Amino acid sequence: MALRVEIVSPEKHLFSASAKMVVARTTEGDIAFEPGHIPFAGVLLPGRVKVILENGSAQHMAVHSGFVEISHNDVSILSDVAELAHEIDVARAQEALAKAQTTLASDSQDSSAKEALIRAQVRLNVAAETP
Amino acid sequence: MPGSQERILRRRITSVNSTKKITRAMELIAATRVARAQRRAQQARPYAERITSVIEDLAAAGAQVEHPLLENREHPKRVGFLIITSDRGLAGPYNSSVIRAAEKELMARRADGKDYSLVLIGRKAVDYFRFRNYEIAHSFTGISDTPRYGDAREVARVVSDQFISRHVDEVLLAYMEFVSLGTQRVVVRRFLPLLDMTQIAAVGEGQAEARAAFEFEPTPEGVLEALLPRYVESRLFSALLDAAASEHANRQRAMKAATDNAEELIVSLTRMMNRARQDAITTEIMEIVGGAEALRSSAARSSSEPDPDDIRELLAADKSSS
Repeated sequence: MALRVEIVSPEKHLFSASAKMVVARTTEGDIAFEPGHIPFAGVLLPGRVKVILENGSAQHMAVHSGFVEISHNDVSILSDVAELAHEIDVARAQEALAKAQTTLASDSQDSSAKEALIRAQVRLNVAAETP
Repeated sequence: MPGSQERILRRRITSVNSTKKITRAMELIAATRVARAQRRAQQARPYAERITSVIEDLAAAGAQVEHPLLENREHPKRVGFLIITSDRGLAGPYNSSVIRAAEKELMARRADGKDYSLVLIGRKAVDYFRFRNYEIAHSFTGISDTPRYGDAREVARVVSDQFISRHVDEVLLAYMEFVSLGTQRVVVRRFLPLLDMTQIAAVGEGQAEARAAFEFEPTPEGVLEALLPRYVESRLFSALLDAAASEHANRQRAMKAATDNAEELIVSLTRMMNRARQDAITTEIMEIVGGAEALRSSAARSSSEPDPDDIRELLAADKSSS
């Protein structure tokens, strides 16, 4: 038995695979799905999603908010923005991080800068974890 | 002067021909755009379906929330209109029919003593309503040709804010639905408040297993609260994609008609030109023949019985030439 994983964004279908395990971060904390998990739906936080493929290799991706749903071994991740680890533009993320930090240094209440900061951090973390 | 008619016609044919080339090119471009828009609509479908299926699951789990986006207000005082048109013309009846349908609905609401608020997408709608002195609350241009999800999100936020803040009590969406390449139809339908969840579930296209007992994190209500704004965005996004496909399909049709007309025009103009050329040739031959005839007859007359006037003239001409 394997999980069928589908990651879709509003504009397109991003990724599908069959996997042994999927780890995602919801509002309540990290959660892992293995085949036979009970039906579940949760709100995702910006963070890393790890998909352990059937051959044992791991696929990481950065997901910026969305939903995860699993039923009958079908895992759907719905996300506005999701990027596979190797697609992440590290230089751009670092730039965004620096920019967000300088904005926050002058105005610590700027919510869009806070969001940008989190997005950049998630991207960098995911990119750093992947060999 | 003989031949001037012919020259005018030739110039017109050249100009119609270059118009035809342009319309033909636009037709071909529109055709590829339709295909692309359809493909994008296709790609957007999984997301919309899955969002609907999560809502179905929530409905099945009995989650009930008093979400502001679901609130049905008894006597709406102000109606919001969200009208999707294109930025560019030359798309046949595409813009005018959407605008006409929306304006008709708006008039009907006004006759009922309701106020309106316009949120317009596309320059064509903005031009139309501004020219007629309607009050425009928000307008968006530059997104209808190839809508991005971010655009849908922005528009959805504006409209949802209007609704939640009770600035408007109902929102109607007017756009052209893409049924198939040959059929598009104008629809004016309710956009907000959303149908309640059981209705979404009933009409939804998702394929959720309603029987399964779901676990929700953080809570069914929490999931729903995060989900509904996305659902609004996703519905608007698919309307935008539909409208874009319709726009290009309409443009393709309009340009095809224009190309066909140009072809017909060229045929009839060519026919006219040929007739004019023949007429000119006939006239010229007639003139030549007539001239020759006149010369011969005058020569014949002069040989038999010289006219004193003629002789005087000929002598004068002779003198001046020598």
